[in-house]
Amino acid sequence: MSGTATEAGRTLAMGQDEAVRGGRQSVEAPFGKALTRLGHSRPDIVGLTADLGKYTDILPFRDAFPDRFFNVGMAEQNLVAVAAGLARTGKVPFATTYGVFATRRAYDFVAIALAHSNLNVKIVAGLPGLTTGYGGTHQAIEDLALMRMIPGLTIIDPCDATEIEAATKAIAERHGPVYMRLLRGSVPVVFEAGYRFEIGKARKLRGGSDVGIISTGFMTERALDAADALRKKGISAGVLHVPTIKPFDTEAVAAFAAGVSHIVTTENHVVVGGLASLVVETLFDAGIAKKVSRIGLPDRYIECGAVPTLQAKYGLTSEAVIAAIIALA
Amino acid sequence: MQRNSPPGSADIGALERKAIQLRRHMLTMARGQGQGYIGQGLGIADVLAALYFHELRYDPHNLAWADRDRFLLSTGHYSIALWAALAEAGIIPVEELATYGADNSRLEMSTLDTTPGVEVIGGSLGHGLGQGVGQAMGLRIDKSEARVFVELSDGEMQEGSTWEAAMSASHFKLDGLVALVDCNGIQADGPVVLDMEPVADKWRAFGWQTSEIDGNDMKAVVGALADARERNGKPKAIVLRTLPGKGVPRIETAEKSHFFRIDVAQWDGIIAEFEKTVGASQ
Repeated sequence: MSGTATEAGRTLAMGQDEAVRGGRQSVEAPFGKALTRLGHSRPDIVGLTADLGKYTDILPFRDAFPDRFFNVGMAEQNLVAVAAGLARTGKVPFATTYGVFATRRAYDFVAIALAHSNLNVKIVAGLPGLTTGYGGTHQAIEDLALMRMIPGLTIIDPCDATEIEAATKAIAERHGPVYMRLLRGSVPVVFEAGYRFEIGKARKLRGGSDVGIISTGFMTERALDAADALRKKGISAGVLHVPTIKPFDTEAVAAFAAGVSHIVTTENHVVVGGLASLVVETLFDAGIAKKVSRIGLPDRYIECGAVPTLQAKYGLTSEAVIAAIIALA
Repeated sequence: MQRNSPPGSADIGALERKAIQLRRHMLTMARGQGQGYIGQGLGIADVLAALYFHELRYDPHNLAWADRDRFLLSTGHYSIALWAALAEAGIIPVEELATYGADNSRLEMSTLDTTPGVEVIGGSLGHGLGQGVGQAMGLRIDKSEARVFVELSDGEMQEGSTWEAAMSASHFKLDGLVALVDCNGIQADGPVVLDMEPVADKWRAFGWQTSEIDGNDMKAVVGALADARERNGKPKAIVLRTLPGKGVPRIETAEKSHFFRIDVAQWDGIIAEFEKTVGASQ
């Protein structure tokens, strides 16, 4: 597969990686590597998967700690129940599956078996938003909205390999249930090694006076590219990266929004119930009346196809962010 | 600390008297509340007596003891029976039983794990066994001898997650896990609406060492629990045939009802009938 990003392509097989965009460096399986490193100093960490170990990058952990790894088969309700039971014996289970299964299929277990008791389980969910061409069965386009409704659940949508590694460590160190979106395979490096991830904290990555882009997940990579391109056109666009969806950093969002004339939200998720909704709620609560343009997926099921084709069609590209901001002028 | 006794040492008569005491508590609680899942509670009383006063290893003064045996009540609405057992075991005060189902009481109609002695939130049926599987895995990692007992019901077997858990328990050879399958023949809509027979064959087919007994026969219950102690690589299932309302003829013979509600005045008659039955049996 060549890197011809927006040309028509073909649906890739499960586990095949798209080319990394924009000539960035990449890291293979940053989550699996980070978890395995942690496993050496943390004997309480246990790995779990539901027949998707290969596709959620957790197999390095299995190979290093076979006695602390369980593959429960295609049974996501049981995956979460087993994780809850392990947590009750003092373990820190990292349970991987796809976002669609962790949310739509296992929801009652996440809500009642985990979150209701504030158990120390980390769900790591592959194929977030529009990162697979397998259609609505595999595209977790509404997972953030669903999981936001669960009291006490921490929700992370990381941008790149650096952040995945940092977030894996951070969620292992913080007690409580977590839902973390996973970028798997060859994951681009967007942030410098010195980047600091902190649960619940947004990071201002670019200052800007005309437009403020508030972004989460891999859309922050697109937002940064868009801001750089816009600067060359004389438009000053700031970027606030919000990797923690819950608890939401309302203070940083309100402060950032106060300093720009127009806000654009970008997310790898439907524009209902996720980042856009959170930003609008935050601004309303803070009494900030500013226009908000929402970039994200429509409230509909997405078809099958090549991921670059689909991301271009549904606006999850830097080009789409640039076009939306130019249209504001 | 309660300790396992060798099978032959069980004082069956003493355990039967404990079961009577649990039923007496439950009837008093149901009278106070005017309603409740009394049929299920009376039906499971013998099993809870055998567990809490013979089989389980636990310390009522140190509930967080890492090597305790766990009892998970998956059917949270059987709480009336669990509260009675926890009170008799010295984990909660007997006087507190009078608050069953009242606002702000810890003794809810359906169990939450905020009450001392409750190992898991029950009531969303199909949740218990998988959590028992996870606990058995965790105890094995810790090389603990502690075992995990999970009560679930015949109606609950209709939840697919029960079988997801059953598959994984045998696959991972969790021989310290014991499923207590309460087959009392009733569920929310009345008599079991979807035939689950043959129950024991299903558990055997899923790789469990399975026995099937009269769950209201104390000697049989104690014997089946003793047989389930063997660490032979297989999880254990005990299929318990229980009679809803056991011990109170008027409830035993009532229309099979998931939720029993009668006038406050009639409770006194029911309790008198229970005491008469108890007196005749001793």
